[in-house]
Amino acid sequence: MSTSEAATRPLGAVARPGRRARSRPATPVIVGAVIVGLLALAALLAPLIAPYDPNEVDFLHTSESPSWSHLMGTDDAGRDVFSRSLYGLRLDLAIVLFVTYVPLPIGVLLGSIAGSFGRGVDSVMARVADVMLAFPFFVLVIAIIAITGPGLKGVLIGVPIAGWALYFRLARSEMLVLREQPFMLATTGLGYSRTRAILRHAVPNLWRTALIYSTLDMVVNLLLLASLGYLGLGAQPPDAELGSIIAGGQPYLLSAWWIATLPGLLLVAYGVGVGLIGDGLSDGRLRSASA
Amino acid sequence: MNGASPLLEAEGIVKEFGLRRSRIEMLHGTLPGHRAVDDVSFNLDRGEILGIAGGSGSGKTTLARCLNRLVEPDEGSIRLDGVDVRAARGNELRELRRRMQMVFQDPYASLNPRMSVGSALHEAGRVHQRPGSEDREGFVSGLLDRVHLPASVATRRPRELSGGQRQRVAVARALAVGPEVLIADEAVSALDVSIQTQLLNLFLDLRDELGVAIIFIAHQLAVIAEVADRVAIMHQGRIVETGPTADAFHSPQDPYTVTLLAAHPQP
Amino acid sequence: MSAEGAPLLQVRGLRVEFGTEDEPLVAVHDVGLTVRRGEFVGLVGESGSGKSLTCRSALRLVRPPGRITRGEISFDGRDVMAMSQEELRSLRAREVGMIFQDPFSSLNPVFRVGEQLAETLRLNAVMPKRQARIEATELLDHVGIPDPDRRYLSYPHELSGGMRQRVMIAIAIAAKPRLLIADEPTTALDVTTQAQILELLARLRQEHDMAVLLVSHDFGVIAQVCDRLAVMYGGYVLETGMVRTLYTRPEHPYTRALLESVPSLESAGSAQRRAAIPGQPPELTETLPGCVFAPRCAHARPECRTISMALEPVGPDHETACPIRPFAAEYAGGEAPSPTVPERAS
Repeated sequence: MSTSEAATRPLGAVARPGRRARSRPATPVIVGAVIVGLLALAALLAPLIAPYDPNEVDFLHTSESPSWSHLMGTDDAGRDVFSRSLYGLRLDLAIVLFVTYVPLPIGVLLGSIAGSFGRGVDSVMARVADVMLAFPFFVLVIAIIAITGPGLKGVLIGVPIAGWALYFRLARSEMLVLREQPFMLATTGLGYSRTRAILRHAVPNLWRTALIYSTLDMVVNLLLLASLGYLGLGAQPPDAELGSIIAGGQPYLLSAWWIATLPGLLLVAYGVGVGLIGDGLSDGRLRSASA
Repeated sequence: MNGASPLLEAEGIVKEFGLRRSRIEMLHGTLPGHRAVDDVSFNLDRGEILGIAGGSGSGKTTLARCLNRLVEPDEGSIRLDGVDVRAARGNELRELRRRMQMVFQDPYASLNPRMSVGSALHEAGRVHQRPGSEDREGFVSGLLDRVHLPASVATRRPRELSGGQRQRVAVARALAVGPEVLIADEAVSALDVSIQTQLLNLFLDLRDELGVAIIFIAHQLAVIAEVADRVAIMHQGRIVETGPTADAFHSPQDPYTVTLLAAHPQP
Repeated sequence: MSAEGAPLLQVRGLRVEFGTEDEPLVAVHDVGLTVRRGEFVGLVGESGSGKSLTCRSALRLVRPPGRITRGEISFDGRDVMAMSQEELRSLRAREVGMIFQDPFSSLNPVFRVGEQLAETLRLNAVMPKRQARIEATELLDHVGIPDPDRRYLSYPHELSGGMRQRVMIAIAIAAKPRLLIADEPTTALDVTTQAQILELLARLRQEHDMAVLLVSHDFGVIAQVCDRLAVMYGGYVLETGMVRTLYTRPEHPYTRALLESVPSLESAGSAQRRAAIPGQPPELTETLPGCVFAPRCAHARPECRTISMALEPVGPDHETACPIRPFAAEYAGGEAPSPTVPERAS
């Protein structure tokens, strides 16, 4: 082999000698992805696979226990709990995606800007974020809903307003470290505009941490949403929403346990699935970072 | 060298750290700062390789970063081809920076891990609208050729390259904007010996073929001996000795230089 | 200076692999190493040569996914591979000391350095705290730390790199080990500090009749303190012998080329360029038939692709893995060999 060829041979996945090759498949991520995937699929196809209309009442068959005709039984108004759960999941997942992934880019961008500028600009922005973070998340969202009135509108506005600060902080602290890296210093030396340095160079390196965190955030937000629904502050009846379904089933916990419990299990499954994905993502990052 | 005026003139550079306007300072009186660069002056001629040697804490990296104002000097003047660097703003500063490119020490952190080599090189050319940068492939492969890397490297990400290859890419990126001065800040210190020598020869090639002047910063005197025409020895923020490399190393004047030379492991 | 003596550390046929069992990536192929009592042995190599893995293997400190798949490792006649966890721990604590390149990450940043040293002392021998403190302070003094009483109370971040390395050395020799393994101990240090640390190692070796295995990529460092050295490349040992011999009559083309590419103060003012070895060291994923250095070797011949990498003796205490021996004639008083054109692979 000629020497110049030896110098240029493609290195493949194992670049540095001594770097470990990945020997085990990422099982937790796969399991998590499967769980979430199934739930998402069910939610997406709800209109197709739900056996009944979620709001169709049937006072002849109230509070029936789970059977083949009603997989999760019926509630006190005779509505099929399974169909309601599917539609509820659909609504919840859609809202969760919105309220998680709207603040993410906003927070990351603002955080990068703050971290990049430092000094005055950073002080002001960071203090605003600190104020937001000083309030308990839940309380802040309820306060905003108090202004907008109960209903989905309040949730869609309230959660992003409360949520951007966490992503801001994540991105800002990473930026403070990143800007000292030689390749970032090089962007200044090369005369690149700050905009280019932030958008083209910094953010692509920052958003992964935010993404990993967002998996946790999605779980939190879903629980938040369900809690708001439970309190009657989120989705309003007769809209099917997991939290309100559970709330509606609460008085019947001893007699018709399936109304509250089975939809609750869906929430649990969702939380476990997303958590596994987040774990797997961050583990993979840690492993490759330490090689 | 020739009778022409120096390309880069630095005079009385001072950079002090630790001067903070803080409440503590107001309570206790001014906190004495630590002078990383303490009244440093030197010239760089066209086509010259000037070595700056010193141990850690000597201030050589801070000095380098003052030259293109990655770090703002507190005092002193820097003139590139007669133009006042410290007074420059906006586009004028960008243009001056373009002419003084830096290559950093850590090959694993000096390239954006998320960008392919080709993108990084092309971006540099495009931002400064360098001649030839409209033809991305041609521009990039020309640069890679200049640093003796094959064109196939253009599609790679930095993590797929070795340390020596990354440093070459870093040099290529610096060259992409057409600088007249290269500031190599410990650019070979993190490399294996055999690769180090390859890079040193590359720097010599660039000086010979492109006429770039190079400020070569290193802590190992032997490395400086291999490439530098003249050398400035730094110690605790000051230049303690300066002169043609052979003279400085064979008949050192300053006691610190003597110590530095003596400490060099000799077979 | 007992350079003759029973081997203290003996490694034979060491093989360290990464990757999966079906597709192993071999980082160390069939490496042998011997360190005798009181000897100062150097292990020289560039990145990817396997030198760090080799010296860690001596204490079975190779972490998964790396694993030692073959090899005999014996310390003082005892089989290290067969040792239980307890015995290994005792070996690492009492008989073999190890220091690493970056002292900062080896010292706990939240404890005072003196306390860390004292803790080590008390782990190895039963002694009251007060005595441990006294001995620790003495040890700090012994490794050349000025004002040891005050320095005892310092935290790692308050010390310079050189001082931290001295503390590391103190911790490593606290139990008076018979072998000290130093993995690139001076690489992160200033040139002047480097010289001091090497001096310290040489002195400790004399005073304690301790053997030292020094791993470095820097020839100058090795030459300054080592008696013997082994040159590694691409996971193989290419040449071993007395330091003086390898410097003046290196038999392996890599050793010679490496020596020739080392920057030297003598070059100051010279317009001549130093010859660099073309190309770069092989990656873990590359498996090359025959000699691992052949692709970059100026003296390679077709038969180099079929040789084994076994070390053959070429002189008293001098072995090389290159059967071609292109320089033999030159050393015997003949002419310098002319390099052949490197083989172009199809």
